[in-house]
Amino acid sequence: MVGSVETQVGKIPRITHVLGWADHFGSIKARWGVRRMNFKVDPGLYAMGNPDEKSKVFVTANYKMSFDRLRKALAGRDAWILILDTNGINVWCAAGKGTFGTEELVRRIDFCKLAQIVIHRELILPQLSGPGVAAHLVKKHSGFKVIYGPIESNDLPRFLDAGCKATSDMRKKSFSTRERTVLVPVELVGTLKWGLIVLPSLFLIGGFAGVGGFWESAGRYGLFAVVAYVCAVFSGAVLTPVLLPWLPGRAFSFKGLMMGIVMAILVAVFWPGNFEAWAGRAEIFAWFFLIPSISAFLGMNFTGASTYTSLSGVRKEMEWAVPLEIVGSGIGLLLWILSLFTV
Amino acid sequence: MEKFGYLRDVVTLALDPEKCVGCGMCLMVCPQEVLSMQNGSAAIENRDHCMECGACARNCPTEAITVKAGVGCAAAVINTALGRDGSSCCCVIENDDSVTGEAGAPECC
Repeated sequence: MVGSVETQVGKIPRITHVLGWADHFGSIKARWGVRRMNFKVDPGLYAMGNPDEKSKVFVTANYKMSFDRLRKALAGRDAWILILDTNGINVWCAAGKGTFGTEELVRRIDFCKLAQIVIHRELILPQLSGPGVAAHLVKKHSGFKVIYGPIESNDLPRFLDAGCKATSDMRKKSFSTRERTVLVPVELVGTLKWGLIVLPSLFLIGGFAGVGGFWESAGRYGLFAVVAYVCAVFSGAVLTPVLLPWLPGRAFSFKGLMMGIVMAILVAVFWPGNFEAWAGRAEIFAWFFLIPSISAFLGMNFTGASTYTSLSGVRKEMEWAVPLEIVGSGIGLLLWILSLFTV
Repeated sequence: MEKFGYLRDVVTLALDPEKCVGCGMCLMVCPQEVLSMQNGSAAIENRDHCMECGACARNCPTEAITVKAGVGCAAAVINTALGRDGSSCCCVIENDDSVTGEAGAPECC
């Protein structure tokens, strides 16, 4: 916030395109799920540079990362930025929810007296607000024409310089390796609360196994289980998202399953287990059920973060994936317990 | 760029060419290049690429496009099946029957 701009309807706060260290640190925290739901900007109208009554109006969500990206993209331009109240949720998800919607937009235009601040009647919205905003209804209720800009605010300068024309690549939602990788931390944090229960349990159960003392057994059987579980999570929540387009199949559960099978093989190869005894064989065999099941489940969960899965498709894959994951984990767990307590 | 393709023959997207006025709004808002314009009327070109976001239906002034809009999120489906709200995951599917994405749109973040 740097001062304010005087207008017909009073002072409008001014902002700059410069992102400070606090902005970047905030983004990193949000990516790791730290106070992600409270990374907000106050809704309302802001001035970028020295806008006048002819300057363009850009609309975005009050998720701070959305706002920061927009102001960065508008560096060196004079513009108005209208921020809707989406409860601190990004444009696309808020549009799906309806909070970034026709109603809120019309209300905010009215509340900020936008019609008195600019003489034109055009708004530039991010394309991904489409699921929530009905352009024809906005026009009808507010008089403002909605122009759908590019998906990524990075493309705004090109879009504006071309006279508000988007090329087809600006209109297609990508899901590059980089875009998938930045989602990994949130996926990992999502598995943490389970890990806090599962990891100590595995370690403790391992401690009661075998013929040796508690700590000796925990160090042998429990530790193997802990390592195997971590590998399963790594397979489903890190490798599956990152390697997504190269994994076989279309269903995310299947991709996770395949990754999990590879991971189980790797674990078996590198673990110095005793394959001579039946118990040792059963122990590693158990993880051939557990690792792929866990990995398939986490892969399936990544549908929520992906940019191209439909609800109908997700329901379809869950029809077979969920039973498979439950049965697979059940068999694996049973085998593992049996392997520990049969001599 | 990597190629993506989700499950085939599952989406609920439908277009009534009789109602279409050829304004092109649906092509503009679609993030997956599902639609194309043919002889002044919209057409479904890449049906299997549709992710049912509902943007096309929402922005169609003549209601020529219908789709059961929703968010393709497994956690949301689980939460809904268990009767939970979005507290554990941010995703919730509120209303199964939203045909044009009118009321009760699904949510996710």
